[in-house]
Amino acid sequence: MALLSIQNLEVSFGLRDGPVKALQNINLELNRGDRVGIVGESGAGKSVLGFSILNLIAKPGFISNGKVLFEGEDLVHASQKRLRQIRGDRISMIFQDPMMTLNPVLTIGDQMVECLHAHKKISKKDAREVALQKLQLVQIPSPEKRLDQYPHELSGGMRQRIVIAIALIMDPDLIVADEPTTALDVTIQAEIMELLLNLCEQHNVALILVTHDLGVVAQVTERTVVMYAGRVIEQGPTDEIIKAPQHPYTQGLMNALPQNCLPGQLLNQIPGSMPNLQNIPQGCAFNPRCEFVKESCLKERPDLQSTATHDVACFKVHPERSELLSTGNGSDVKERA
Amino acid sequence: MLAFFIRRFMQAIIVMFVISVVGFAIQDNLGDPLREMVGQVVTEAEREVLRDEMGLNDPFFVQYTRFIGNALQGDLGTSYFFKKPTLDVIFAKLPATLELVLGATLIVVLVSVPVGVYAAIRPQSWFSKCAMAFSTVGISIPVFLTGIGLIYVFSVELGWMPSYGRGETEQVWGSWRTGLTTADGLLHLILPSITLSSLMLPLFIRLIRAEMSEVLQSEYVKFALAKGLNPMRIYFLHALKNTMLPVITVGGVQIGTMLAYTILTETVFQWPGMGFLFLEAVNRVDTPLIVSYVIVVGAIFVITNTLVDLIYGLVNPTVKLAGKSA
Ligand SMILES: Nc1ncnc2c1ncn2[C@@H]1O[C@H](COP(=O)(O)OP(=O)(O)OP(=O)(O)O)[C@@H](O)[C@H]1O
Ligand SMILES: [Mg+2]
Repeated sequence: MALLSIQNLEVSFGLRDGPVKALQNINLELNRGDRVGIVGESGAGKSVLGFSILNLIAKPGFISNGKVLFEGEDLVHASQKRLRQIRGDRISMIFQDPMMTLNPVLTIGDQMVECLHAHKKISKKDAREVALQKLQLVQIPSPEKRLDQYPHELSGGMRQRIVIAIALIMDPDLIVADEPTTALDVTIQAEIMELLLNLCEQHNVALILVTHDLGVVAQVTERTVVMYAGRVIEQGPTDEIIKAPQHPYTQGLMNALPQNCLPGQLLNQIPGSMPNLQNIPQGCAFNPRCEFVKESCLKERPDLQSTATHDVACFKVHPERSELLSTGNGSDVKERA
Repeated sequence: MLAFFIRRFMQAIIVMFVISVVGFAIQDNLGDPLREMVGQVVTEAEREVLRDEMGLNDPFFVQYTRFIGNALQGDLGTSYFFKKPTLDVIFAKLPATLELVLGATLIVVLVSVPVGVYAAIRPQSWFSKCAMAFSTVGISIPVFLTGIGLIYVFSVELGWMPSYGRGETEQVWGSWRTGLTTADGLLHLILPSITLSSLMLPLFIRLIRAEMSEVLQSEYVKFALAKGLNPMRIYFLHALKNTMLPVITVGGVQIGTMLAYTILTETVFQWPGMGFLFLEAVNRVDTPLIVSYVIVVGAIFVITNTLVDLIYGLVNPTVKLAGKSA
């Protein structure tokens, strides 16, 4: 059985002018030790996807359809008690900004051991011992001292190591890391990423890595999911996607990478910006920014179809789908997973 | 921590200095002490001699130095009306006022924290909506109206509560007479305490709710949820501790403000405290007593604020560091 299986997931936000869908038709499967990257521009829905795995979407958001199966158990309909048992124990999270993630008025030690106490019977002394081990695991200098310090006494890089130590404290099966290095100094980013990668490999922990950095994805993950306006538009093995991106949006992201630009030149940004969820264009959501746009792209939305190597949702890659539509069988294709 | 303490202490002394200058300036400008002392029959020439003897013609600075010198020895002058040292007169009334403030503070703390926290956790519940509506209305009702309303309902109509005075009191310590040790004294304390708290209570409910709601949106609360912690631990440890930091600061200032409102409350309930005394002193133009009141209240204000800052420093780990490195 797959460790995690997300099926047809849909997340909505109940806004004043009615609900908007922040995620639609998401399908994703992970086995033990798998590492999957989720990429896309700001507002694509990456964080919403990350939080919905733990069923932690805050109001006015809610999971409006689909399933999140963890070892076969549906977390969407699980009780709060059951969810608490899983959170921090089987699945843990790492947040973007370590300056904000730790509680400023509690010591590092307290914030570590409370997670142990929440999930198993353990003496105070043993809990402290476990916390110390985990601090050593994330290579914090003088770990003994850190337990009694407050977050503001540590640098950003150190704090993110602490957050990683907390995420690992119950030896979870899956870690969801939401842009774990974005808020850090460039020099420390690589260090933290490598630490996270090594720890996941050593302990056979599956990793869902949310980022907008394709370079990091290439370095860490085996599979990649590219999101645009709340939908998956391309997914497959990371090396295939890096080597030969199919969707014009993914190609645009690749072109925008600094290493793909000539020195001294501006980055090749994709023109325009991601549409607001309330006014997603008809047809393919990417069509206003796409240089290959055709008439069919304006009318119907392409769905995810497999190519020889991976899945892409684009009429340029699957011209036969748009012909199908123009002959009038479009309604049949629409809304199929 | 020590550096922090010393810095706070120096600030307190500076504030007290400013208060004493203001107090002295009032004394200097409010009426002619000779008229109070010798009446109308003394001639202008004799008055001038007396003025010289009493040092009233000395420059401001010389007079102020004398005033401060006496003040440091615990002498703030003699009340015209009571013919006794003003501090003795005030300290005899201090216990009544402090007990009233204590009662009101207890009500504010014990009610505003649970109500504010609940309203932040369950903003949609009818209880939270009622509490918010009450606090909006409550903030705009004047203190004396609340007092008179309470007296009308609970003393006049229902007859459950006494309407004035402190009731039975007991000598406990030195000249301290307390009403806290007798049932009758406690009963007398209830309505005045509620009245005095009526201004702060809505303010604190709103403040705690607003701070708590903001803290509940924070990343560290989300992270605590993702750790699978019990919600009670998240609300009452993770969130409340952060909520209370700004509340403590505001609270310190508000206790001082409450002292000012004791004047109204004590008048409505004929409560024999400092505020009531002050109002009488104003009516009698008892200048030394007025000035002494201002200085004593100023001192209480400064002391509570310093204490609150120290407590804040103890609760907030980031402040301690600032003190250490200073
Ligand atoms: N609390 C909320 N209320 C309303 N809409 C929301 C809320 N949170 C997220 N959304 C919607 O969901 C969309 C996706 O948000 P999300 O935070 O997942 O983006 P992201 O891909 O993580 O972007 P970023 O790179 O900036 O973190 C947003 O564009 C927003 O419209
Ligand atoms: Mg995000």
